[in-house]
Amino acid sequence: MLNFKNDNNRSKHNDIDDLYETPVNIKNKQNKQNKPNFNNYKTCTMETCFDFTKCYNDFLVYVYPPEPLNSLGAHSPASPNYQKILTAITESRYYTADPDKACIFVLAIDTLDRDSLSEDLVRNVPLRLQRLPYWNNGKNHVIFNLYSGTWPDYQELGLGFDTGQAILAKASMSIQTIRHNFDISIPLFHKHFPQRSGGTGMVTANNFPSNKKHLLAFKGKRYVHGIGSETRNSLFHLHNGRDIVMVTTCRHGKSWRELQDGRCDEDNREYDHYDYETLLQNSTFCLVPRGRRLGSFRFLEALQAGCIPVLLSNSWILPFHPHIDWKQAVIWGDERLLLQIVDVIRSISPSTIMRMRQQSQILWEQYFSSIEKIIFTTFEIIRERIPENPFRNGLTWNTSPGALLTLPTFSDTPQNFPFLLDLFGYQPKENFTAVIFVQIGQTLGPSSALFKLVKSITKSQYVNRILILWASDQKLPPRKKFPSTGHVPLHIVSSLSSPLTYSENDENESRPSISQRFQPHSLIETDAILSLDEDAILNTDEIDFAFNVWKFFPERIVGFPARAHFYDDSKNSWGYTSKWTNYYSIVLTGAAFYHRYYNYVYTNFLSHLLLKTVHQSSNCEDILMNMMVSHITRKPPIKVTQRKAYKDRESVRSPWNDPDHFIQRQSCLNTFAAVFGYMPLLKSNMRLDPVLYKDAVSNLRKKYRHIELIGNR
Amino acid sequence: MVIKDKSSAIKYLLIDKLGVSGGCVFIFMFFVLFLLPQHFKQSDVLDLNNFRRIRFDRDAELARRRNPNCSYYDCFNVYKCGNHQNKVTIYVYPLTEFSEEKSKTWISREFYKILKTLINSPYYTANPNEACIFVPSIDMLNQNLIDKNLVSKALASLRYWENGENHILFNMLPGENPDYHTVTDVNTANALIAGAGFDSQTYRYGFDFSIPFYSPMLADYVKITKDGDDKEYFLIAPQLNMYDNHRRMMQEIVLEDSNNNILLLQKCTLEILEDKVSSSPELMKHDIRCTFPGNSPIEYPEILERGTFCLIIRGVRLAQPTLLEAMATNCIPVVVADNIVLPFQEIVDWTLAAVKIREADLHSIKSVLNRISNERIKEMQQQVRFLYDRYFKDIETITLTMLDELNDRVFPHLALPYNAWNLPSMPNSAQNPLFLPVMGSKSQGFTAIILTYDRVDSLFTLMQKLSLVPSLQKILVIWNNQKKQPPNTSSFPKLTKPYKVIQTKSNKLSNRFYPYPEIETEAVLTIDDDITMLTPDELDFGFEVWREFPDRIVGFPSRTHVFENNEWKYESEWTNEISMVLTGAAFHHKYWNYAYTTSMPGNIKDYVDEHMNCEDIAMNFLVSNRTNKPPIKVTPRKKFKCHSRQCTNAEMLSADTNHMLERSECINLFSRIYGTMPLKSVEYRADPVLYRDPFPEKLKRFNDVGSL
Repeated sequence: MLNFKNDNNRSKHNDIDDLYETPVNIKNKQNKQNKPNFNNYKTCTMETCFDFTKCYNDFLVYVYPPEPLNSLGAHSPASPNYQKILTAITESRYYTADPDKACIFVLAIDTLDRDSLSEDLVRNVPLRLQRLPYWNNGKNHVIFNLYSGTWPDYQELGLGFDTGQAILAKASMSIQTIRHNFDISIPLFHKHFPQRSGGTGMVTANNFPSNKKHLLAFKGKRYVHGIGSETRNSLFHLHNGRDIVMVTTCRHGKSWRELQDGRCDEDNREYDHYDYETLLQNSTFCLVPRGRRLGSFRFLEALQAGCIPVLLSNSWILPFHPHIDWKQAVIWGDERLLLQIVDVIRSISPSTIMRMRQQSQILWEQYFSSIEKIIFTTFEIIRERIPENPFRNGLTWNTSPGALLTLPTFSDTPQNFPFLLDLFGYQPKENFTAVIFVQIGQTLGPSSALFKLVKSITKSQYVNRILILWASDQKLPPRKKFPSTGHVPLHIVSSLSSPLTYSENDENESRPSISQRFQPHSLIETDAILSLDEDAILNTDEIDFAFNVWKFFPERIVGFPARAHFYDDSKNSWGYTSKWTNYYSIVLTGAAFYHRYYNYVYTNFLSHLLLKTVHQSSNCEDILMNMMVSHITRKPPIKVTQRKAYKDRESVRSPWNDPDHFIQRQSCLNTFAAVFGYMPLLKSNMRLDPVLYKDAVSNLRKKYRHIELIGNR
Repeated sequence: MVIKDKSSAIKYLLIDKLGVSGGCVFIFMFFVLFLLPQHFKQSDVLDLNNFRRIRFDRDAELARRRNPNCSYYDCFNVYKCGNHQNKVTIYVYPLTEFSEEKSKTWISREFYKILKTLINSPYYTANPNEACIFVPSIDMLNQNLIDKNLVSKALASLRYWENGENHILFNMLPGENPDYHTVTDVNTANALIAGAGFDSQTYRYGFDFSIPFYSPMLADYVKITKDGDDKEYFLIAPQLNMYDNHRRMMQEIVLEDSNNNILLLQKCTLEILEDKVSSSPELMKHDIRCTFPGNSPIEYPEILERGTFCLIIRGVRLAQPTLLEAMATNCIPVVVADNIVLPFQEIVDWTLAAVKIREADLHSIKSVLNRISNERIKEMQQQVRFLYDRYFKDIETITLTMLDELNDRVFPHLALPYNAWNLPSMPNSAQNPLFLPVMGSKSQGFTAIILTYDRVDSLFTLMQKLSLVPSLQKILVIWNNQKKQPPNTSSFPKLTKPYKVIQTKSNKLSNRFYPYPEIETEAVLTIDDDITMLTPDELDFGFEVWREFPDRIVGFPSRTHVFENNEWKYESEWTNEISMVLTGAAFHHKYWNYAYTTSMPGNIKDYVDEHMNCEDIAMNFLVSNRTNKPPIKVTPRKKFKCHSRQCTNAEMLSADTNHMLERSECINLFSRIYGTMPLKSVEYRADPVLYRDPFPEKLKRFNDVGSL
């Protein structure tokens, strides 16, 4: 028995590693290892250079106040883009004014452009940093930077000051320099980049195969000499003037004439033949070569245009790597193999092209179309690193609607996110919770609308539970006033006692908000919520049919009365109409199914500006819910058949049964659109009816025959 | 020393050799080189009976130190990799025994397997001049069992070494007492390292390869329980080599655990061990571990099958063989090793399959795990199984995975995307090829494709009617009659819209779905030449609905399928459900033409062409399967009539039993080929918003809808 014999010898063999017991002379060196080298934070990791204890309660971001005016009475300089970053943060739900509550600190000092030759350069940063009360050698700080280094070597870490233990959110980072899992690569964006909204993706048609005029295009500067010039100087070899357009110019900078080489004149002639924007629109692939630095504006420009980026920028860490799987949206070229790139591109199949083009748009819209998105994505990446914080998997990051709209705190499985079901082959659960929002609280009796409504719901085979949210000033009626609901549990919950979800800073607004109808109540256990006003008139067939439709569109609002928005050219603003129209874009949440995830998003994610508008007007919560869902899905809601006698909510809903109500809704629409940065509502021309609706067959063959009845019940 | 019984003896020896004990090293060096059992196939390169011997002087040249700044872009010579289109080529140095005064190199069974895998892989080349990658046959897997100096000399002496350029070196146990570096201490210059136990500082991203620490125990481990059975322990902490402070922490957690479902294992006393081994002699030392408290012996690794979660915690090293042991037993790994670079982490998404906890947070392990939902646990278990089977299940698989990752790096345009690496293909899951949430283009309009044989009158009527539809862009007439020429251009009706006649080469139904370059729009309307009863309003409305669902088939005549008497049946009655929309009058995206033509599963396409039937069913299967979505029927049912006997799609009218049987047969056949039933039944259809509403007809955008 060899083994036991050896066992006895083991203690003599400490020099031999042992997997089955810890060598006796080794203690856990964890603490020692955790100290980074003095004055050298090149090896920073989250464990060594970040204080997690500041982040256990909440993930909040503190922004330093503007620096004091200088001796000349002037504000310290901050570029428009840095201003936008700070505004985006302070207007967001990440923001806190209390440094003690903050997990992350953001400087008021503009660090975007650290090229020492730049006019935007802020001077004396080390001195300014010293003055900051919470700097602490950069711990828990995020430093945003677009340009570092300068002629001639463009050093990646040449920021002109010691960033210490701060996390760099920086453009043009390389695989050698980035501190993996610590720094974050962000895209380069130009001076006029929008804070919010931003341009939508330009792919408006998914033609197959791609029908663009050019296969591959590039139009840009070349440098003749120095770092990064080789790649662009060689591009003319690829140009064929037909499907491959590679045009460069050396005509830039003051002294280009002195520096020019033999090709410059010829290049310039060809260069002037093509228009940059037109090339972007008319090419399937766009070359994105490195400039002096690794990143370039054209990366985002190509992405937005749906022109698949072809990278020639060796060792560049693409924005938000590794969360974004760029393999799905770009072609990685290798500068060393420049001349092969055309062959590589010609070998890409049409269906891969279609997939990549779509993915470019998904990524653009989700993470890059505004400064706000870029900043929020940066924060979400940091947040996911904090121990015990839930995180999103790669699929969530790389599919629609993406990480910013998929809140991992809601659930740890895709089964509970309506838009992820298809990808995993899940079905929504087979039943729904009816949530009736009572504001008026009319006397209950067999003839009252609420009483009848509860009866109709009870008869549905899909109902799991009825929840009555009592928001009326009337006293909460006892259970016995409601009809018997058999095996279906009925809960009456006073929503007045429910905690306000947002208005803590707002002393004037102590009354509860109408938004409470969307609170994620713990009694709601089903995927589907049937949201109802107390005066909704629905029969069981209508409910069941709508639910069966919803099951096939769990990511949308599916309901009965619909409304429409339109753009009013005369007023230059959005209009709202409850008239009969040939299309709709809003389905009222007074009678609609939707997924309970949206309650969570509405309450925990929407900007305070939006919720405040709803609160102050005690109105428009349904418009906001519709805009939010359309914002997430990029799809319109769905209207299903309703019986003709259905009373219009606008005409009945008494507390606001006046013209003001209507004007208010119009103004809500415009406020919301401004905060979203665009109009998320989308129009639909169709209504979903039962397959045999009004068909000339016997009523007995129809499953939902009571939908065709006219009258009250 | 002769090995007779493979299972027991080899297992024991392997453990010792890869792992641990000093006493065996000599035996191994001897054994491995000369006495490998005959069942290993021997190629020339790896001939164990015929290898070179090289002896070094004391002052032979050493390889240079590892260059920590290497990246793919400055240490990897990509020019060597262009010889074979789209595939890296790997050369393996012939087996050589290097020696100097007191030591010589040797080779372990694991490393031999790695080399064998390389040689049998599609990437292998025997010609060093066309190689992109070089692999020395010098075993460096366990740093403790090699003479670093000798290996360094051996590397430097390699014929194509060139400072390690494009050489891959394999290592599973890096570092040694007392520093336990996370990368091998051998001088490796610019070589790539395929290593286990890197931390994020030593791993050179995009250059090195992170491989798992293979557990020799798994060589003959056979799973006992089925997945999901018998998970009596919520958490098992099986390692014997934890740091003391970690062990104390776990002991506290176990003692405080009121549910009694955390299992902490520890070393058995010698007494228990000997007792157990004498009662079942097939067991070996490392197979037996004892519980804490209680000290009762338990067999390892089988016990892991009974755990939901398994703690994989760093010892003196970051990487532990326990990771693969847990995965093999389908126990969800809970990794506690700060800054560890997990195996293949640049391509494998570990968040889907494992939990990571910081070393400093070990005390909260229970509460972290408790917060994980049961659904999530099931998903992770599935993912663990998937990852293990696909990437980790044995040395060969691990090696091949590494090669695939390598190939993805050298040919990034062919690299598999995230989904392909990380998602098992599940029934009912769909990766919709038209996934961008945009409306179909309105300005493009649609292209009508009329498949016709010889009903010229009806064709002309249809063309005239279609040309009145505002959103029609162009008409393509697919002339399928091989005996007759299409009518003369002059006889065609004068239309305000362009049209083109395409004469096919054979009378096949699949011609209807060919992705003709003449189709310049996204939307295609396929329409039979006798469907003349649709109004412009209906067609325009159908197109509008298609724009809202550009990934689906959107159209007029609908059918459904039912399950009866253990088989599928085609149903054309007036039912409350629909699951198919017939392509006799339906819109779909041009992409589906391409998919139908190029990637129809099995022999469905040929079957349809042979039987001259079911092309519409085939299209519905295809689209529903790829999108996981049902089609959309628009507007009320009409009487779709065929005016003559030669209807290509005769079922439009006939309830002819034979025809119905054929259609049912198609459904059954197709669902067998798909291995599932992709069709989905729904109870709705799409009508104009104001359809049948009491509202002035002239104000309705689509008012001529639904007339019979």
